[in-house]
Amino acid sequence: MAVVLVVLLFATGMMLQFAYQPVPDKAYESILHLQNDVFFGQLIRNIHHWSANVLLIVVFLHFLRVFFTGAFHAPRQFNWIIGLTMFVLILGSNFTGYLLPWDQLAFWAVTICTGMLEYIPLIGEGLKQIILGGTDLGSATLSNFFAIHTAIIPACLLLLLPFHFWRVRKAGGLVVPLSPEENPANKGEMVPTIPNLILRELVVAAVLIAFIMLLSVVYDAPLGARANPGLSPNPTKAPWYFAGLQELLLHIHPLFAFAVMPLIFAGILILLPYIPYDENTAGVWFASHRGRRMAIVASIIALVFTPILVLTDDLFFDFAAWLPGIPPIFSSGLLPVAMILAILGGFYALMKRKYSATKNETVQAVFVLLLFAFIILTITTVWFRGEGMALTWPWKV
Amino acid sequence: MNEGLKEEAAATEPSRRSFLSKLWVGLGLVALAEVVAVVFAFLRSNKSKARGVASDAMVMAGTVDKFEPNSVTAFVRGRFYLARLEDGGFLALSRKCTHLGCTVPWVAKEKRFACPCHASAFDITGEVINSPAPRPLDIYPIFIENNVVKVDTGKPIKRDQFRTEQVRYP
Repeated sequence: MAVVLVVLLFATGMMLQFAYQPVPDKAYESILHLQNDVFFGQLIRNIHHWSANVLLIVVFLHFLRVFFTGAFHAPRQFNWIIGLTMFVLILGSNFTGYLLPWDQLAFWAVTICTGMLEYIPLIGEGLKQIILGGTDLGSATLSNFFAIHTAIIPACLLLLLPFHFWRVRKAGGLVVPLSPEENPANKGEMVPTIPNLILRELVVAAVLIAFIMLLSVVYDAPLGARANPGLSPNPTKAPWYFAGLQELLLHIHPLFAFAVMPLIFAGILILLPYIPYDENTAGVWFASHRGRRMAIVASIIALVFTPILVLTDDLFFDFAAWLPGIPPIFSSGLLPVAMILAILGGFYALMKRKYSATKNETVQAVFVLLLFAFIILTITTVWFRGEGMALTWPWKV
Repeated sequence: MNEGLKEEAAATEPSRRSFLSKLWVGLGLVALAEVVAVVFAFLRSNKSKARGVASDAMVMAGTVDKFEPNSVTAFVRGRFYLARLEDGGFLALSRKCTHLGCTVPWVAKEKRFACPCHASAFDITGEVINSPAPRPLDIYPIFIENNVVKVDTGKPIKRDQFRTEQVRYP
């Protein structure tokens, strides 16, 4: 499915390049021209937009599937790394593409997302200026983002995609689903790839393309008012895939929300295949029966406590005010992060003891906890934050 | 006789071969470092020119008497606000919120700058009244010559708090 979407994106992207002008004075107007005057222009843009968003979801689901079926154990460990790299590239592609329409939505979302870079110590300001191509969002930024979006990331993907698939072949194909009791050595009945797999893949591709077409015909890609550097809209939200991060930023000091915590979680994700696990559970969904129970418990805990934490932090906690002598980087940065890490550590130990679980199952439980917490954070910013980023009921946002 | 020589060479780790291989790898890394440095310099050279020449960064705001004490005037093209404090002193404030870069409007009714993005607020001197902004609004150097207020928008100044030395008096 991901490949089909990438192909759609490449095809529609190349067509869009004929109409789009990557210069601030002309970008917005070129999109208006594309939508209003060019035959099927609106459709091509819509397909591009929906393929991009559905791709993120598809790739994310794939990431979850790979994790939960343990398809990152040896000999698939390095392929996990390649996959993570591509995930980051696709996020980067979505983000750089987001700026190109040069409307209010694009301009300010990118302003705040790059504004966060400043908080990285030592290299932050320099990094931000390289990405922006200057001190402010301007024509240099547009050129940079256009180059990244249409040349650099596609080139990297064209290299990494075949590498990823070759690694799958090298590992003997996809992980075969097993129930927890089955012996992995029992391969079961095998059938020829051609025509059996190819046929099924073509059917899935056809259904997916039909779905994208349906979305593209009915829903237009958004286009707000032309970018106005003098007027920040209220509220200014990041694109939905960064909304969870933005929600985190509302509670925790930017250095920690944007640099420290993502680095820690990225580090954990990269090291995930290399942790010395108790067993290789490749193929078994959620590792075992006990793993399934623990995952359910973890998800319920996250679904209940994350909204509670968000609410109490918004309405009640104010560490910066309670500890006025201490700089905010500690009271609203280090302190909450230390508390969260302590809670995670406690959760891990508790799970391990209560269920006498293997490392596979406990790591999985922590993963599920963080996953659902992040989903709740994303939902909060997308649907529950309105003017001034205050908590509001969704129908009033 | 040849096999004997080969065996001997293999047993003592062919030093010439391994030396040359390591040399290739070393040179390769140096080449890679050079490529990275070139790309980096290429991308960086953009930014210093982008800010504009000194001449168009200097904005003539107007004569001193045009500005009422305790008022804030917005300069859209210069991207700054000229604040005249109660005691007649001038401050040229950047319009960029110090939190994440949104443009902060001056809300005259509330006598403060209120950021629409995450509700940071600043007073007329640019000091932070409401978090999450981490520091006061940046200022630009002001020159008052022949009763005309000039602001150099090419040199934003970061500050960690408001100090009276930052104010320019006519």
